[in-house]
Amino acid sequence: MPTLLQAATSQVGRKILTGLTGVFLVLFIIFHLGGNLAIFGEPDAMNRYSMILHDFGPLLWVARIGLLAVFLIHAWIGISIWLKKRKARPENYAVYSSKGGPSKQSLSSRTMAFTGIVLLIFVIFHINTFALGDMETVLIDGRETHDVKALVIDTFSNSAFYAFGYAFTMLLLGAHLGHGVWSAFISLGMSGKKSSAIMYTVGTVIAIVLAVGFLFIPLYIYFGGGCEAALIQCT
Amino acid sequence: MSTMTINLKIWRQKNTEAKGEFQVYKLNDVNEHMSFLEMLDVLNENLIKEGKDPVEFDYDCREGICGSCNLVVNGRAHGPKRLTAVCQLHMRTYSDGDTIVIEPPRAAAFPVIKDLVVDRSAFDRIIEAGGYVSVKTGAAPEANLIPVQEEVANQAFDYATCIGCGACVAACPNSSASLFTASKLAHLNRLPQGKPEREKRTVAMVQQMEAEGFGDCSNYAECEAVCPVGISISSIAEMRKNYLKAIF
Ligand code: HEM
Ligand code: FES
Repeated sequence: MPTLLQAATSQVGRKILTGLTGVFLVLFIIFHLGGNLAIFGEPDAMNRYSMILHDFGPLLWVARIGLLAVFLIHAWIGISIWLKKRKARPENYAVYSSKGGPSKQSLSSRTMAFTGIVLLIFVIFHINTFALGDMETVLIDGRETHDVKALVIDTFSNSAFYAFGYAFTMLLLGAHLGHGVWSAFISLGMSGKKSSAIMYTVGTVIAIVLAVGFLFIPLYIYFGGGCEAALIQCT
Repeated sequence: MSTMTINLKIWRQKNTEAKGEFQVYKLNDVNEHMSFLEMLDVLNENLIKEGKDPVEFDYDCREGICGSCNLVVNGRAHGPKRLTAVCQLHMRTYSDGDTIVIEPPRAAAFPVIKDLVVDRSAFDRIIEAGGYVSVKTGAAPEANLIPVQEEVANQAFDYATCIGCGACVAACPNSSASLFTASKLAHLNRLPQGKPEREKRTVAMVQQMEAEGFGDCSNYAECEAVCPVGISISSIAEMRKNYLKAIF
């Protein structure tokens, strides 16, 4: 029997890991979307949410590092699978087309590496904007905390680049998950000829809900939503 | 009975090392009742009469059961029809004046021997790695000694119908042999005779498939779409489940 490391780096092991890390990332972004929706709650809901997260202190750092590791493993395996294609087929077909039917070849599945790499670049950009950006402070329950909400509203209400750039990237996220969620089910060994169609539909629904959920907020703010609640002026 | 003119663009390659290229042929009076391979036979007869090298292509049974034929026709393994080996394809599928591009299955693990014939012995080595059931030799056991549930027997039979043609590899954007390997595993692993060696077999065959240079699986399911016997990619999911069980 192979060792755990040999198994994890084997062809099937890599695929199981892509699925596992993919599912973990999906669970994370569901949680993240929940946090974003606080913008529609009480005026201080979003900043309160941020304060609660920061109160976890070292635990928050453990979670962040874990998430980063999962993210990097996922990106690394995904890109390496894509790079291996050429080695496995040095001479390409002059003509190639899908036979349809049960095939899951689609714009979504064929662009996984592209959408993935855009997501990787996006996340670096995103952390730089919102986690490392300059923030004012506000008082919540008599304690000083970062005014995340003001930064979010300021960013999206004043910049078409940010608002539409985010919305577009979230469409790519939807495309990644359109194949990705279904693919993860199969990677994690969920078999069943009949359940396959159901799994594909569930995957598509999850992809659409997440993409729409994420892209709605920047566009909502850009078109004037949320300004009345912010401390800053929307243009 | 109607006849037609077919334009062919066929991959010609002298041997494994040689650089291949497409050659264009025009075939008149193609009968719509000819099978696709008979159409190639006619082409070859013409070429031989002209003193030229005939086009090499693989076949044996011409009944869709042996898995020898495996042409990639206009970019699709076994041609345009689902659940049909290319030997079972007929020229009535095409119309007068059509151009048909014929290529060998392309994969590093399937080197071209000549023209459209590739070396598929990588599949044999995957089978050698674990695609069997070890039994004590001696007199044949009583046929019904080991009861097999009907449902299990039917599923095992469905997977056993894989004819090893390699269309799954040919059509996979990554040149993965997962469907072939997984169908053999799904066939043997679920039967009482095959269960004792299930974990060892799964790990060994997966290792061999990678060693042969086949690509990773991205769950495109194109393999299922081109498989002439319709093997489901549920087998691939099952292979991963059994692999996990073997490790933990
Ligand atoms: C860092 C940027 C990312 C890159 C480079 C990337 C790349 C990839 C690639 C290439 C695949 C296909 C793997 C294959 O061909 O087998 C894949 C699958 C997947 N990705 Fe990503 N991805 C990224 C981010 C994400 C994010 C943020 C999520 C979720 C929110 C996600 C969820 C998934 C899922 C669920 C799968 C399916 C797993 C499977 O095939 O088993 N990915 N990713
Ligand atoms: S020649 Fe036997 S399956 Fe086609």
